Amino acid sequence: MYDAIQAETISLAGAGGDQIEAYLARPLGPGPFGSVVVIHHMPGYDEQTKEITRTFAAHGYNAVCPNLYWREAPGASPDDAAAAARAVGGVPDERLIGDVGGAVAYLRAMPNSNGKAGTIGYCSGGRQSFLAAVSLPLDAAVDCYGAFVVGTPPEGMPLKVGPIVHLTPQLSCPLLGLFGAEDSHPSPEQVAELEKALSDAGKTFEFHSYEGAGHAFFAVNRPAYRPEAANDGWQKIWDFYGRYLAS
Amino acid sequence: MCTYLTEKVDVTGSGKGSSGWFKLSEASVYFDHPVHAPAEHTLNIDFLNPGQGPSARVAVELTAESARALAEAIQATLASAPPELVESASAGRS
Repeated sequence: MYDAIQAETISLAGAGGDQIEAYLARPLGPGPFGSVVVIHHMPGYDEQTKEITRTFAAHGYNAVCPNLYWREAPGASPDDAAAAARAVGGVPDERLIGDVGGAVAYLRAMPNSNGKAGTIGYCSGGRQSFLAAVSLPLDAAVDCYGAFVVGTPPEGMPLKVGPIVHLTPQLSCPLLGLFGAEDSHPSPEQVAELEKALSDAGKTFEFHSYEGAGHAFFAVNRPAYRPEAANDGWQKIWDFYGRYLAS
Repeated sequence: MCTYLTEKVDVTGSGKGSSGWFKLSEASVYFDHPVHAPAEHTLNIDFLNPGQGPSARVAVELTAESARALAEAIQATLASAPPELVESASAGRS
């Protein structure tokens, strides 16, 4: 089987038509392929998130990761950009929807696309994946331990985001949720509340919470990495996208 | 979750970043996930000059224990320095 992939930095039209940096990884076979927008975690558009983006390409998906901090810090290193974005309260929700929408449009317009597109996000990106899925017409969404879908940031936190669980009835696609049972943001209680909202709204979803894992268990370069949870989580992702995104 | 309470402090001084020395205008202090330190959470300090862009940053990530030791060392050092030197330095004189 021909398995070549290509990965490169591109520019795409995000919110307001702004050209933003993004990282594209795609299989070089004829396809047609499903598409994934990878929404990076709070620490930014970093090497590990680019590796995740390439992993989707290696598994037969066109994948693009927009640099959500491009406007605050064009050309800066990911950690400096994350610090700058953190200082201004994170990415505004409207801008996120525009940036992800632009990435989805870019992917669906690729000649080898099957027309289906989904999102996956980690940490703050988990909430943003849910936000995209209640705001845009998508085919599948994955929320990896996104905080503040349910619940409000404590007083004094610089992050300017609010709960969006009330938007659950607008969810446009099936949702896969992957959580750490030892995480406190989101806590197991908050995950249960989101699960109830999805059930009440009659949505298609599946949630998995891993014992022995906390926040950021997919982050291979951090002490939070939990290989057992991450390996099983990846399998759940392949199963889920295989059902809803692959041709 | 990846972000917790941030204390911002106006500072006067200089820092040495990836492209050399620059003038500092503020510091952010927060307890959060580190980028590099081998710990789940660290006390992070960013010494910044936002006017010079996001790359004008000197960052440190310290374990809670070492951050407390550093804070005590700073206080002890200032307390042991001759008061007239500390006062004149605070006023910008040398």
